[in-house]
Amino acid sequence: MSIGMSVKRIEDPRLITGNGQYVGDIKLPEQCEAVIVRSPHAHANILRIDTEKARNLPDVLMVVTGEDLPKDLSPIPMRLAPNEALTKALQYPLAKGKVRYVGEPVVLIVASSRYTAEDAADLIEVIYKPLPPITDVQSAIHPDTAVLHPEIGSNDLFLIHSKRGSVEEQLKSCPYILEEDLYVQRHSGIPLETRGLLAFVDKKNRLTVFGPTKVVHFNHNILATLLKKEPKDIRFIETDVGGGFGPRGEFYPEDYLIPYAALQLGRPVKWIEDRLEHMKATNHSREQKHHVVVGFDESGRIHALKDEIFVDTGAFIRTHGVTVPVLTQGLLPGPYDIQALEFITHVVATNKTPTGTYRGPGRFEGTFVRERIIDMVAKKLNLDPTVVRERNLIKPEQMPYTNGISALGQVVEYDSGDYPFILDAARRAMDWDHFTERKMQAEQEGKLLGLGFAMFVEKSGLGPWEFCEVEMKENGELICKTGLADVGQGVKTALAQICADQLGIPYSKVTVIHGDTDTVEKGNGSFATRGTVVGGSAAWYASAALKKKLLEGAAAHYHIPREELDIQNQKIIQISNSIELGPLEDIVVKCKDQGIDLHEKYTFSIDHMSYPSGIHAAEIEIDSETGKVKIEKYYIAYDIGRAINPLLVRGQLVGGMAQGLGGALYEELRYDDTGQLITGSFMDYLIPSSMEVPEINIEIFENSPSPLNPLGVKGAGEGGTVAVAPAIANAITNALDKYPINITSLPIRPELIRDAIKKGPVRNEEEQT
Amino acid sequence: MQRNLKKIAMTVNGKAYTASVEPRMLLSDVIRDELGLTGTHVGCEHGICGACTVILDGRPVRSCLVFGVQADQSDVITVEGLADSNGELHPLQEAFWEKHGLQCGFCTPGVLMSACHFLQQNPNPSREEIREGISGNLCRCTGYQNIVDAVELAAETLNKNKSSDTESAKEQGVHSGRAVNV
Repeated sequence: MSIGMSVKRIEDPRLITGNGQYVGDIKLPEQCEAVIVRSPHAHANILRIDTEKARNLPDVLMVVTGEDLPKDLSPIPMRLAPNEALTKALQYPLAKGKVRYVGEPVVLIVASSRYTAEDAADLIEVIYKPLPPITDVQSAIHPDTAVLHPEIGSNDLFLIHSKRGSVEEQLKSCPYILEEDLYVQRHSGIPLETRGLLAFVDKKNRLTVFGPTKVVHFNHNILATLLKKEPKDIRFIETDVGGGFGPRGEFYPEDYLIPYAALQLGRPVKWIEDRLEHMKATNHSREQKHHVVVGFDESGRIHALKDEIFVDTGAFIRTHGVTVPVLTQGLLPGPYDIQALEFITHVVATNKTPTGTYRGPGRFEGTFVRERIIDMVAKKLNLDPTVVRERNLIKPEQMPYTNGISALGQVVEYDSGDYPFILDAARRAMDWDHFTERKMQAEQEGKLLGLGFAMFVEKSGLGPWEFCEVEMKENGELICKTGLADVGQGVKTALAQICADQLGIPYSKVTVIHGDTDTVEKGNGSFATRGTVVGGSAAWYASAALKKKLLEGAAAHYHIPREELDIQNQKIIQISNSIELGPLEDIVVKCKDQGIDLHEKYTFSIDHMSYPSGIHAAEIEIDSETGKVKIEKYYIAYDIGRAINPLLVRGQLVGGMAQGLGGALYEELRYDDTGQLITGSFMDYLIPSSMEVPEINIEIFENSPSPLNPLGVKGAGEGGTVAVAPAIANAITNALDKYPINITSLPIRPELIRDAIKKGPVRNEEEQT
Repeated sequence: MQRNLKKIAMTVNGKAYTASVEPRMLLSDVIRDELGLTGTHVGCEHGICGACTVILDGRPVRSCLVFGVQADQSDVITVEGLADSNGELHPLQEAFWEKHGLQCGFCTPGVLMSACHFLQQNPNPSREEIREGISGNLCRCTGYQNIVDAVELAAETLNKNKSSDTESAKEQGVHSGRAVNV
């Protein structure tokens, strides 16, 4: 049995010895390098581009502007949540006539080396006529503001309106109504490896591209369409990838430009994004303003929730379409049973970097909003916030539960879950019952202690399908080809464990192949926490079919019915008496001799997502001089149905928490009034280091296996991230319950906390804001 | 184009190398592109992330903040020099594997080099000290907890090895150590 075991990863030996092969590590003969000249303006007309000096620099091979690209080139299409109305706001690989954000690609340069290409970039002269920049959603939708995409006619690009019951009616009968504005800042995945590509053309004019990831097969088709080539004339090869998190692996302008340059030049062209350009070129995420109205009664029971949301989507619609706005709505109600819901989302264009998904898209934002609101309700009623949660939770007997909101083409239906159990686990783990005593004790010692909770429901296992092909070699080794991608999450180990478990072989005998469009027939890729759920199920069934063949071979050999046989530890076993009949290898040889093809393909299809659920809790101490937050204890409980490898699940949760912590306290892609990104380096965009991330206690629960897949698994990739901000915010407001502070905006800066402490305690509830 | 090339010589992982490089070429680029040792990764090129950390004359440096010509006549150790010549993993590498101290693995070579030097300076660190010791290396995947576990485990192993090395050295009267002494 290898499912459920915390085995070491098969990915690691290469990576810890420096033998990984990331795209930047590949070097081909005659290789040249590209750089992109990007717009320094948020919004400007391009009057003239003078490329002559750059062209004349020795060793410069190619200089391309938007005017030089094929006249009939299409813009980059939407991959998820596509919508016809939004096609007028898609991005072309190079700007033509106008730039709409700082970092927009304007000129492509290819030279013999990166150093020379950068010299040439300095010689490009672009004359711009700056236009007034639009840097926030409010000014974007003002009637006097210029429209960024005239064919759509408004910067309010798209409206999503969802309803369940009547909020207006419910509010009329609610004794309490609370209204609040909340804001989640722009930040993003920022993987440690920047993006990169290497494209070359062989003698038969066939194009090979190293560097695609995440959705390799999908992007393969996009490129074929944009280049007007047959997909069979293009090969994509995924290399090692230095972190995904959502932004990485989507189809960007460079994913067209670099293959285009290789085709034009007939030489390998490499492009490695530098960090400063990554910060302004690769998808941003998260920026949303929420205006919430919530109606509740004296017991804390919430009857109506209304939220008008403004999503700052940036200058163009990218591959995710409206995925993030849609998911924000779908999971906004979280684990609570609220009778009336109404969500109105405006997808708004501004002169900022276009956006896409980042780990927990829409849920990081929505969970912050909802879980802060719960604590505000509790505070208003002077109730224990965990009790308010408890009173509103969906009960296990209500499962499966539909919240009535649609997301990604399906109505959200929670498949299983025991939310009260999870809340109790957290209260116990954090010793909530005795917290008030601890807090008072600390207060006497001059310390400000706070404890906050935040519950969440995640989604995982997005379909529509995933593919797996398995083949057993004569030496008993298994080749597993998957349509998933490896962005560093350990997918090879997880799939190896699943195949090994099914086939009764050690996981180390499984070789997982992915991301090569010549080798893997088809695939949907790794996103939306779908890998183990959908790809894992495909691997499970493909292995099951292979096992059936092997047992048929064994049945013929041993003259025992197939149903009475099993494979364990690479041996054929007679189930009834556990007798070992012989080694699996013998049967493999017999099968081959008999011409039995030990080779199976399986496509696992699934219509509905599965919904893991969990809770975060933070106990913090505040430095009253500086406003610094120190996390004393951090707890995550997560019910993921079944853990294939608990060690890897824990890794996902701790790593995810670190990213959530960045979003809660440190990270912000901040713009000034002229539309300049002012946090464009690691000196001012603050990724948490080992000094900021606390030790995290984790409980993995397997109480609510998903009925939607054979393994019972739900994805584990995003639950570590989504509830960090409200858990910490609630802890801070708990610590400062005597001070005038109400956290409604991220990141939570120490100056906000310090200022509240400086103002001193407020006398009674009414004076608090 | 005729470039102003400088000839440099370095010992990298115990092996002598020469290269002709532009004075502006970064040590990280020399190591990766001229010497072909691509285990050293470049994550930010402005000296913050630590992915490009190598040991230069006994001290950890960010190779993106050093010019190749500055490393002329120096001794460099990269992640490729951690395992011994028989391919036996360094205790740190073993521990990172054992404790799931990496996910995407991109920051890992830099973390290993920092941790290696750190454990030489402080063979018996507390968890807090380990956190400080690796705080110059950003990791976006792991949240550091397993890295701290791994460094803790490696410290134990190294200390155990040291005491048994001392024992056997006493017995045999010889010095025992790794080919690349880091």
